[in-house]
Amino acid sequence: MTPFRTLESSIACLPRVNIDTDQIIPARFLTTTTREGLGHHAFHDWRYDEQGATRADFVLNRPEHREARILVAGRNFGCGSSREHAPWALLDAGVRVVISSEIADIFRNNALKNGLLPIVLPDAVVDTLLAQPGLRLQVDVAKRRVYWPDGEHVTFPLDAFAQTCLLEGVDELGYLLAQDADITAFETAREARHAA
Amino acid sequence: MSAARTLFEKLWDAHQVRADSERAPALLYIDLHLVHEVTSPQAFAELAARGLKVRRPERHKATLDHSTPTTPPGPGGERAWTTPQAKAQVDALRANCAAQGIELFDWGGGRRGIVHVVGPELGLTQPGMTIVCGDSHTATHGAFGALAFGIGSSEVGHVMATQCLLQRKPKTMAITVEGRLPAGCSAKDLILHIIGRIGVAGGTGHVIEYRGEAIEALSMEERMTVCNMSIEAGARAGLVGVDETTVEWLRGRERVPQGEAFDAAARIWHQWRSDEGARFDAEVRIDATEVRPTLTWGTHPGQVVAVDAALPAAAPETVGALSYMGFEGGAAIAGQPVDVVFVGSCTNGRLSDLREMASVLRGRRVHPRVRMLVVPGSDAVKRDAEAEGIDRIVRESGAEWREPGCSMCIAMNGDTVKPGQLAVSTSNRNFEGRQGKGARTVLASPASAAAAAVAGCIADPRPYLTDPASAGAVSSEEAFA
Ligand code: SF4
Repeated sequence: MTPFRTLESSIACLPRVNIDTDQIIPARFLTTTTREGLGHHAFHDWRYDEQGATRADFVLNRPEHREARILVAGRNFGCGSSREHAPWALLDAGVRVVISSEIADIFRNNALKNGLLPIVLPDAVVDTLLAQPGLRLQVDVAKRRVYWPDGEHVTFPLDAFAQTCLLEGVDELGYLLAQDADITAFETAREARHAA
Repeated sequence: MSAARTLFEKLWDAHQVRADSERAPALLYIDLHLVHEVTSPQAFAELAARGLKVRRPERHKATLDHSTPTTPPGPGGERAWTTPQAKAQVDALRANCAAQGIELFDWGGGRRGIVHVVGPELGLTQPGMTIVCGDSHTATHGAFGALAFGIGSSEVGHVMATQCLLQRKPKTMAITVEGRLPAGCSAKDLILHIIGRIGVAGGTGHVIEYRGEAIEALSMEERMTVCNMSIEAGARAGLVGVDETTVEWLRGRERVPQGEAFDAAARIWHQWRSDEGARFDAEVRIDATEVRPTLTWGTHPGQVVAVDAALPAAAPETVGALSYMGFEGGAAIAGQPVDVVFVGSCTNGRLSDLREMASVLRGRRVHPRVRMLVVPGSDAVKRDAEAEGIDRIVRESGAEWREPGCSMCIAMNGDTVKPGQLAVSTSNRNFEGRQGKGARTVLASPASAAAAAVAGCIADPRPYLTDPASAGAVSSEEAFA
């Protein structure tokens, strides 16, 4: 994984609550066997009309938000299905950070494993952000801070392990494989207990 | 004496290879990993790219369910794949399982079905286990006193390669359901009522243990229905402590120990309960006697209404969902016309669910406006239902009897609800477009779904649950009027 230290970007806003993973990537696009190429289908049913034409009024389709790497959304983002296709689709569509006042557990886990940073901020802060699409923010992973253009900042919670993984680009599978001795010892002890 | 522990804490402690610390999450050992075609190909590819083998292939079991057609194969065995990719995904799972030595419940073996139906019915799911699957409804298996939760595809790869996951310890929540469910109300009504009470994010960060008189009185199938929908309240997992109901349900299942070895195992299984006086991080009390047949009216599972109540009034937080559903705020939910009825899924696709549906359908006709699809949860459910003649009741009513699979729950196999149509579904998610682009979904119990099919509109199932031959029951004709 490539390290993720800082990011500066304008924000795109989706002022809806409970955006579930079926909205982020509808199930009919899950018959793929790879991780790539899902960006085109991110928020598919909001982005395209029945004929498949791009809806000009959907926020992520507006030209001024094409370059946005930060998505701000209403409470309880990413609820529902465990499909990792949701963060894959967002990343493929260029999103690197999601800000909401509540982010569902499985989505948060899946996001972090792919270098997509989920940031939880208080409701009031998220509400002010939602009212300012296009605002440029800076995200600093080492400091766990989001900076406003005027230098004001808020600190966000981030698990220490997840932070290290982001900063150093740690690959979790590699980390787990390195625990082999402990895992084998656990298995052996358990089998001995069961045999007793 | 050690302090009183919750069931969750016991399960967690028994599987902790290493405790969590500030610097790293806990290393949790996984006993059973269930695999299906949709969330596994990327994980298998990751292993292949690194030249890794599955560490303990016997702890991984695979099935085909999500993208498989539910129509029977043609004379040459050909299947009605919705897209070539759906077939490619299934072919990939077959090849991956063969290469890694994983047992696959394929067509023709009599053990195939929805992953969360198959695990318990084969007895693969056992008390005291940790169970994961790349599917958020893995919580279903928690009904057996097992810690079971959904994971993403990266974690699918982790557990294949190392049999472990990195996990931060979740918090615990007790939901105590006091009293007994009223007649005509099922486990589905109960869990919809609970989610309506605590909200779709009410359980975020928690593992829920369901307990109390009403839960103890539930059958294993009903406990599975309740645990299944824990994720719809945002929870990582749902749990029910082991009792005689659990043990007797498992006795004689194909993959549990047999004879004396079963009794020995059962004695150990009984420890998988919360200790008297164990403390939870959060506690919720629910009065079962208040539950009525409950349905969703909106676009997430927390937007529920009792069948005999009015829809919520239009307000800033309801107007979006009401307009998507095409409902008028304040109107009655009963009487809303229905286009499609789906009975199936890992929530309500087991034999007891089909019996509940059949008790309404027997001797009645599906309303001409309605297309009704009945999809058994597994090969075994289908076999058992056919042995009881449930398939006949379904066909004679005018509904379709299908091959097992996820079908219209996730609508990725070609079984879809058309744009704008209203579906009453026994599945677990009513998100926008979940059952097809533009589809409108009302979640309900099997009895409510069958009542809607017969009435042609959302209807209270209770009058239908009595035998139609007996006085006071509603006939199809009256219901149409
Ligand atoms: S029936 Fe629905 S919820 Fe259950 S495993 Fe299949 S798609 Fe998932």
